[in-house]
Amino acid sequence: MGQTMTEKLFSSKAGKPVQAGEYVVLPVDMAMCHEGFLLSCGKLIASGITKVWDPEKVVVIMDHYVPSPNVGMAEGHAKIRKMVKQYGIKHYYGEREGICHQVMVEMGLVKPGDLIVGTDSHTCTYGGLAAAAAGIGTSEMAYVLATGDLWFQVPHSIRVNLNGTLQERVGSKDVSLALAGRFGAEFGQYLAIEFVGDLLKDLSIDSRLVLSNMSVEFGAKFGLFPVDNVTRSYLQSIGTECPEAFESDADASFTHEYELDATDLEPMVALPHSVENVKPVREIAGEPIDQALLGSCTNGRLEDLRTAAEILKEKQVSPSVRMYVYPASRQTFRRAMDEGIIQTLSAAGAIICAPSCGPCFGSQGGLLASGETCISSTNRNFKGRMGSSDAKVYLASPATVAMSALNGRITDPREGL
Amino acid sequence: MLIQGRAWVFGDNIDTDLIVPGQYLMASIEEQAKHVFEAIEPSFINDVKPGDIIVGGKNFGCGSSREMAPQVLKHLGVGCILAEDFARIFFRNAIAIGLPTMAVKGIAGKIERFEELSISLDSGHIHVKKSGLQFQATPLPEKMREIIDAGGIDGILKKIGKMAMEETKKLNL
Repeated sequence: MGQTMTEKLFSSKAGKPVQAGEYVVLPVDMAMCHEGFLLSCGKLIASGITKVWDPEKVVVIMDHYVPSPNVGMAEGHAKIRKMVKQYGIKHYYGEREGICHQVMVEMGLVKPGDLIVGTDSHTCTYGGLAAAAAGIGTSEMAYVLATGDLWFQVPHSIRVNLNGTLQERVGSKDVSLALAGRFGAEFGQYLAIEFVGDLLKDLSIDSRLVLSNMSVEFGAKFGLFPVDNVTRSYLQSIGTECPEAFESDADASFTHEYELDATDLEPMVALPHSVENVKPVREIAGEPIDQALLGSCTNGRLEDLRTAAEILKEKQVSPSVRMYVYPASRQTFRRAMDEGIIQTLSAAGAIICAPSCGPCFGSQGGLLASGETCISSTNRNFKGRMGSSDAKVYLASPATVAMSALNGRITDPREGL
Repeated sequence: MLIQGRAWVFGDNIDTDLIVPGQYLMASIEEQAKHVFEAIEPSFINDVKPGDIIVGGKNFGCGSSREMAPQVLKHLGVGCILAEDFARIFFRNAIAIGLPTMAVKGIAGKIERFEELSISLDSGHIHVKKSGLQFQATPLPEKMREIIDAGGIDGILKKIGKMAMEETKKLNL
């Protein structure tokens, strides 16, 4: 019996062949912390542990509360800066660079075949670059910081076959929402998802990261893409070498195979309050909105901002809508300026904010009042997540967010094409 | 280890924002505790008693990696969480903070609010006192049981810290 890509990766880390279902203790290649570092490192201090296992393999990026929304958080950030110095953390990016997952990718801290843990559930984003990456809590991160390893169950794998070609203004967010709608919010529970199929050749790294990012919304542990020319040319563009990749054997065992043909896929939207509550945008078009949010670790990348700018060029966001734009990183922001995207969005009336998580999980900036409706390019629309528990969040693609902002109501982005 | 208590029953897909809304994450645990389940079960915060058990449906704890979600339930005295199945990170976090948590196939819809349960952590055997119904949970793998028995990762870290200190002392001799 052959091995899956995940079994090969885990076997290589374990130094012996391992199979899905086995429990193993493995060394990690990188440990990524956002503000959760405060709690994890706090546990080291409380336990009298004065060193991290390898300061070269720890990354600290602040993004969840940036800029500090209150004095309490400012104190938290100050403590983090002190701890980073005390423990000699090598990869420290402070508040400056943007959302942790985008920063990890663009700084070359993610390589195919890596095993990475992070204090954030969307750490699975790195699967877009064929890395096995998963979120953990702050206690487990404290253990990783102290020892460099962690227990894992080698996950079983499922394969998602993506075929066909996407229509104009339909993107990988629509594919993600269609998968959640069709197969439910836990079709990937505890599993490694392998994305394969003809569609992949048309998906840029920006687009792949969306599907990997959304994999946790399907319950998955990893959302993996194979290494191909798209991956290699991306890594080359950021000056990172591409190691030899793990590929599933032809006779590897998959628990289940899913299919999605992208050719007839329409723009999709997840209605409140669940990611699996999915309909074509067309079916709910006309629903008035108060806020449009473009950003997050899901859809705040250059490709996303570019799409929004195409739609909003020389037009105006509806006066009844506030549109917030959170570029995923400083690099994204600067490239978007070079292309005139930021200028276009600002001229259209969008409010351009600092690269960070923004209001996605309700920590700050752009929260919703009771009775309000937001169309958002983020990943979760749980009740109460983005402010009032009487507010409604609709999840959609950047194109749908921009077109809806323009019209003041939820609109199919193919309108007027 | 035998755990006994009355059950609070929840449905499928109970997410971490329902357990602790994001806007309270940086508040004290006492403050966070005031908002647990406020959007779906407002009586919980006033009526929860030490030793109570949570019984969830599918995908319990889906959403973010916030450890505050199990932590705040433990803080309120919840003694065990059972569910049809769990979101992966919530499950790991609950074990990491030493809160017994087990997946039980077939339990959803079979337990009534405030029914008394008796749970063996070792065998995974669950007995519902009034109805007499029995369930079998997936027992925890050895690695996770070790963490629970140490009182969570904090207990393990204390041991590592103590060992490191003793090593340092030896070097100084």
